[in-house]
Amino acid sequence: MNWIRQIGRTTLDRVSATGRAGLMLFGALIAPPSIKNIPLTIKQVYVVGVQSLAIIIVSGLFIGMVMALQGYTILTDYGAEGSLGPMVALSLLRELGPVVTALLFAGRAGSALTAEIGLMKATEQLSSLEMMAVDPLRRVVAPRFWAGMLSMPMLALIFSAVGILGGHLVGVDWLGVDAGSYWSIMQSTVDWDKDVINGVIKSLVFALVVTWIAIFKGYDSIPTSEGISQATTQTVVFSSLAVLGLDFVLTALMFGIE
Amino acid sequence: MNRYKTELMVGVFVLMTIAALLLLALKVANQTVVTDGDTYTLYAKFDNIGGLKVRSPVKVGGVTIGRVSSIKLDSDDYSPVVELTIQAEYNAFPETSSASILTSGLLGEQYIGFEPGFTIDGVENLADGDYIEDTSSALVLEELIGQFLFSRSSEE
Amino acid sequence: MDYLVNVDNMTFSRGERVIYDGVSLRVPKGKITAVMGPSGIGKTTLLKLIGGQLQPDSGDITFDGDSIVNMSRRELYQTRRRMSMLFQSGALFTDMSVFDNVAFPLREHTKLSESVIATIVSLKLQAVGLRGAAQLMPSELSGGMARRAALARAIALDPDLIMYDEPFAGQDPISMGVLVKLIRELNDALNLTSIVVTHDVTEVLTIADYIYILADKRIIGEGTAEQIKHSDSELVQQFLRGEADGPVPFHYPAPSLQESMLGEEV
Repeated sequence: MNWIRQIGRTTLDRVSATGRAGLMLFGALIAPPSIKNIPLTIKQVYVVGVQSLAIIIVSGLFIGMVMALQGYTILTDYGAEGSLGPMVALSLLRELGPVVTALLFAGRAGSALTAEIGLMKATEQLSSLEMMAVDPLRRVVAPRFWAGMLSMPMLALIFSAVGILGGHLVGVDWLGVDAGSYWSIMQSTVDWDKDVINGVIKSLVFALVVTWIAIFKGYDSIPTSEGISQATTQTVVFSSLAVLGLDFVLTALMFGIE
Repeated sequence: MNRYKTELMVGVFVLMTIAALLLLALKVANQTVVTDGDTYTLYAKFDNIGGLKVRSPVKVGGVTIGRVSSIKLDSDDYSPVVELTIQAEYNAFPETSSASILTSGLLGEQYIGFEPGFTIDGVENLADGDYIEDTSSALVLEELIGQFLFSRSSEE
Repeated sequence: MDYLVNVDNMTFSRGERVIYDGVSLRVPKGKITAVMGPSGIGKTTLLKLIGGQLQPDSGDITFDGDSIVNMSRRELYQTRRRMSMLFQSGALFTDMSVFDNVAFPLREHTKLSESVIATIVSLKLQAVGLRGAAQLMPSELSGGMARRAALARAIALDPDLIMYDEPFAGQDPISMGVLVKLIRELNDALNLTSIVVTHDVTEVLTIADYIYILADKRIIGEGTAEQIKHSDSELVQQFLRGEADGPVPFHYPAPSLQESMLGEEV
């Protein structure tokens, strides 16, 4: 009987955690955005967005370069090097851009968000805000949430663009694919709505999930060093799994039916 | 962290995003051919369209003049009807023009090769909504192999 | 006498564990009231209950006549502007300088110009002796200085009530002396009402006007410092003298040692 009880308890825990996470987000976003929050949000865009730029640009460049190298060796066998451009661009825009950005974001910015909020809780800064009649949901959670929602699609676009340039670097400048065909075949294959916009939509969904998990894990953490380290790990694990799972669902919805 | 530097760097971040968007919009994605500018519509009926898709290009001598905008099955004789959206500046093709489904490279994408026909008196130009009479279907590899084997066996 | 905070027959529990069972206490206006008790009985919880961060299971808590328990969120936030709390860790915002920390409540809740705010902040920092440290970051302060900076922040908006959570814990004798002096002086100079939660007996007996002793989920003794010293309650005496064993047992409840060691033979 004990294991049945265990299942029941786990379910209840999960449901109540989901409920708390929902309440937290609701409490943070219900407030009308105040002017005071704009500088705070800009500061958070700096923390989660600008500080993630380096890793995003470097990863994007290398992933584009590797794809061009791999793609070239396969495509030359069929005399189809011309398709290198669309291959690189489509993989980046549809999949790798949003997904890899979300995974890197979870590791770079998500874990930092969790640790920061967890420590603010442990050092009673959140409590002290509340006692100063300042709502920590609006003051701490909301700016970080909006910063995440803004930054991730921006990072994903930069990632894809840099990746395409990296593909150009290897494919055209190094391996000698014709520059004209790299761009023109890419241009005739890539569709603005279907590929670019869908990629941005994916990225927005990932941004919501990763930022939400990161903030909630910090906000709901047990305020001890062990609790915070656990929460940080969980942020990375949970948000990575959520991104990969959701990616399948979104891909099926966007590209599966035609 | 001083505020000036924060705002400056966020500004750089935004500019980089705009640059990325511009690159994607102007060099990577194609959003102009069909949606913008004046177009007119032609129809072509094929026996078999092979791997032709919506948005496949329509080319004259390698120059893209339009795209496939929809593919339907004719309700009377169940043969595929392809709707072609052609840019309005190319509007003087004679009725005798032909359309065939071709493949770029061995495994490349399929497109419609459009061949302008001859012009003599009494031949009018194709107008919006007309059907192209002279069409040839996509080559299907299995059928080709079948024909080849058939002709071999009949020779012996 | 006028009472600012009134806790009436309040019961509070966390999960299965009962923390308070029918506690009543009153905090007189303009005085320093101390709440003492052994560690781990939830003295901080009491402050959070008064601040409305936690809800009691039953009973009532009023602030200046208004019930904290029944307040709407909006009213609660309005009321909190009149109280402030000095946390045990200080709880300074680590990403701002001392100056910005003290200016924080002013910037949040008033529309004063920056120059007026700068003047007020300087005065508050002067009161705690840290005007020279205004541009330091919290990480550069010692524990005692951090607590004084937090105190300057707590009095920035001239509250009616200030709650001290273990202000003396982990302080060296000098910082402790400074804090005792500050609490007393601020209380008299700004006409504040103070609640000090602590287990440091000697310090409290010197400054508190009225003392409550909490143990075992309820109040076991109350009175002025003199009355407490001469209390005939064994529990109070054990607490004051710091005796290891007594009504508050040395051992956490457990089966007798003999039983656990020798197993079922006994």
